[in-house]
Amino acid sequence: MTSRQRLWLFALGAAGLVACYLWAFAGLPGFGHYPGPYGPEIMRHVLAQTNATGVVSAVNFEYRGFDTLGEEFILFTAAAGMSVVLRRLRGEREEDSSPAADAANRQIPATSAAVRVVTLLMVGPTAVIGWWLATHAQTNPSGGFQGGVILATAFFLVYLSGEFIVFRRLRPDTVLDASEAIGAGGFAAVGVTAVAMSLPYLYNYLPLGTIPGAISSGGTIALISFLVGIEVAAAFVLIIGELLDQTLLRREARSEGSS
Amino acid sequence: MQVFPFLVVAWIVVVGLYGMVTSRDLIHQIICLIVVQSSTYVLLLGVGYVTGGVAPYLFDISPHPKAVDPVVQALALTDVVVEAAVTALLLSFAVQAYKRFGTLDPHDLAEFKG
Amino acid sequence: MNQFFALSVAVPLLTAAALLAFRPLLRDRRNARGLVAVAASASVAVMLGFLLARTGAGSVYWFAGFRPAHGVVIGIDFEGDQLSVGLACLGAVLMTAAIVFAWRYFEQVSSYFHVLMLTFLAGMTGFCLAGDVFDLFVWFELMGVSAYALTAYRPEERGPIQGALNFAITNSVGAYLSLTGIGLIYGRTGALNMAQIARYVASHSAVHHGPDGLVVIGFLLLITGLLVKGAIVPFHFWLADAHAVAPTPVCVLFSGVMVELGLYGIARVYWSVFGAALGHQSAVSHVFLALGVLTAITGALYCFRERHVKRLLAFSTISHAGMFLAGFALLTPLGLAGAAMAVAGHAFVKGALFIGAGIVLHRLRSVNETWLHGRGKRLRVTGIAFTLAALGLADLPPFGTFLGKGWLTDSASSVAGGPWLAAVFCACTVLTGAAVLRFAGGVFYGLGDPPGEDPRMAAEANEETGETESGRQRTPLTMLVPMCALVALGLAAGLAALTPRVAAAFESAATRFEDQSAYMSLVLNGAGTARPAALYPQAPPDVTAAAVITALCSVAGAVLLALVALYWRRLPVLRRGYEPGAGLTGAIRSFQSGVINDYITWLVAGVAALGGVLALIVR
Repeated sequence: MTSRQRLWLFALGAAGLVACYLWAFAGLPGFGHYPGPYGPEIMRHVLAQTNATGVVSAVNFEYRGFDTLGEEFILFTAAAGMSVVLRRLRGEREEDSSPAADAANRQIPATSAAVRVVTLLMVGPTAVIGWWLATHAQTNPSGGFQGGVILATAFFLVYLSGEFIVFRRLRPDTVLDASEAIGAGGFAAVGVTAVAMSLPYLYNYLPLGTIPGAISSGGTIALISFLVGIEVAAAFVLIIGELLDQTLLRREARSEGSS
Repeated sequence: MQVFPFLVVAWIVVVGLYGMVTSRDLIHQIICLIVVQSSTYVLLLGVGYVTGGVAPYLFDISPHPKAVDPVVQALALTDVVVEAAVTALLLSFAVQAYKRFGTLDPHDLAEFKG
Repeated sequence: MNQFFALSVAVPLLTAAALLAFRPLLRDRRNARGLVAVAASASVAVMLGFLLARTGAGSVYWFAGFRPAHGVVIGIDFEGDQLSVGLACLGAVLMTAAIVFAWRYFEQVSSYFHVLMLTFLAGMTGFCLAGDVFDLFVWFELMGVSAYALTAYRPEERGPIQGALNFAITNSVGAYLSLTGIGLIYGRTGALNMAQIARYVASHSAVHHGPDGLVVIGFLLLITGLLVKGAIVPFHFWLADAHAVAPTPVCVLFSGVMVELGLYGIARVYWSVFGAALGHQSAVSHVFLALGVLTAITGALYCFRERHVKRLLAFSTISHAGMFLAGFALLTPLGLAGAAMAVAGHAFVKGALFIGAGIVLHRLRSVNETWLHGRGKRLRVTGIAFTLAALGLADLPPFGTFLGKGWLTDSASSVAGGPWLAAVFCACTVLTGAAVLRFAGGVFYGLGDPPGEDPRMAAEANEETGETESGRQRTPLTMLVPMCALVALGLAAGLAALTPRVAAAFESAATRFEDQSAYMSLVLNGAGTARPAALYPQAPPDVTAAAVITALCSVAGAVLLALVALYWRRLPVLRRGYEPGAGLTGAIRSFQSGVINDYITWLVAGVAALGGVLALIVR
């Protein structure tokens, strides 16, 4: 199809699609008038059933924990897929090349002193915040996903600071793969342990604690959230690290005269 | 105001799809895919909102409040993180395509026709 | 034993994680990795087989122990009835065959291949068993992401990236539209569980005398992702691109199960959630019948013209997917049973055909039919098995495909007033069977002349050679055994379904699948219904004389057309240089442009058109 034909066909299709959407929206209750019953039912029972005050995390890791398991494995699969595609591009030379040699090949301009200082200072607090978020899912608006992403950010602050050798050394592929696997597999294993105890998969079999919202409440919610945090952090460090490493190859490819 | 967020949903979908259809750059196309997915977040969070409801965290408020729906928030939360990873996978395909074809234009990538 | 529901998803996931965790240890132990993967996949097949044997009235498994309270569901469930567990079991069996086939296939197979295959298996199993629309979406996404990564598995070639990108972007847009549908439904019903949604929308429609916009468009958007996955026209463009470049073990799964899973999803969403609410059964049936027929014809026409064997098989999958959808669209239990039987039979023979194509690629290093002509004579066992499977694809009795199509056409003739439907099925089967038989006859037996060369297609077919290690003198057993096993299974499935007990089981399974109130009472009240109520007259699933005659005509027609295609240059009648199938298909071919922008445009146009048609029906 030529561009014009495509545009006309798309215009017709989009007009139809919008008409469908508007027809559907006419049947929705207005904004702000969510009719339930899923939300209110959970709000009514969450304290009694899980002793957790972070209801969104309770939904994520307890009521709909099986969904979250699937989503976590989507993340796992995406990271594995990226490794397949991009490591092949790099070749298996990763074990042979030293971070120092790679650092010399980078084509990014040197970072200013201000950026170095600020980012290096931020690494510690960011890591602590990420860790805190990943472990406090049952109490407040925290959770494994949020904490994991912020933990990954701590690693990239190292990259931003220009300490490239440290950055490469900090993320050996085997450790990242193992962390991802422990995080994702651990979540599945928590469920299988329940099966081994003749309980339904992902049943909350750990003690629920007495004080709602304390660090000891929530049972498996805290454990699962922590595992998810590890997995998400490892996956994001792996993903973005792989993409950042691509900046190395262009300098080498150009110098070798091939592509 | 009762319908406005849903109109935004329809708008975002059309804009994202238009971007994809008229795109001449793979990276741009993949980012438009993210835009299309963002519309689903707006829809999910929009249907779950309760006017006058509090955030669904019971840490420092009395139990059984009138709260916003926690389920859609949980769904959107995991979806955002997962979508970032899947987009990264697609972008790695784009990197690969640039390496092999030397171009990011979808029209020139079409090796298989008919 | 009910725990098998959870374990059938948890075992492949855990194994995938373990394979990744121990990657440095297993780096050089290829056989150990393969064994672990086969063990995991076979154990899933066994577990699902147990469940299939023991599922009478269906069973429900509640995760984390959250059972419904006062009719409100707060947890997630898996619902297993014979059709869903059977399909999942089929997927696991094909996965085992594919992993065994891949043992010696790749030059170097990294751990990632088995990891991705196992997550794909988990996604397929979860999708089949899901009882919750968002859970369905999650497993659909897992299946999809694993599939994208597996398609791009050999990034040294140019081909895989285009195929993977087209596949990924098109299916992602479909998935996001499905998620929009889920959001719309949730906005009204506040429920994500299928049975609970069904109860609500059915009562709402009953009160308002018909479905309103939200129900109709919610249904349409939800099935959009499934239509894309099921390769229904005009959402089908990605399939051929992806199949052409995905590694052959992966193609076995794509054509054998993944496309059929999309169609199963449509059937599930229609019957268990929206059927009663949508109403207007005959009109809805006609719409999907039209889509199915269009897909079947399109696939068959494209198939015949192809010279790249994997693309040829991919287009035949599209054609058969159209036939399966048409079978579902008949809305009768016999039609559904016929489609299910045909899916099973097709999965086995198509898997065998792809493995055969993979063996040809491994030994002869090409997929181009023109170049391969006559070079496959050394591959005797492969040739025999491939020809048998090709005849099975053309509905040779007693393959499963024959019986499935027989029930389909029986049902069609009694309901839709459609001897014409049977004729369309026959024609499409003839075309696709003839294309595959042409390949078999030309390559393995050197019959006739090589088919005409299209320079563009030759270039893309010759790209394929880097997939597998250099041809050895003998085809490894790990390749031949799965192929022969799949052909044997195709025969066995057909033979088993000829017995009255199995045939009746298929029909009752289909009837139960269609009974929405039985589903709701099973999930919401935990009480299975002993005898499901049939909405439509139950026709006896016999083997009628008409079915046998139609099947034999299909086979004869396919063989004849294949011979014509091989020998046309020697026939005085056609000697003017006219190649069968050249003129008509030329114009149609331009649609498959390979540009993602076009595919997305067709997707949007297709959704809008379907929305318009449904709106007209409902008004």
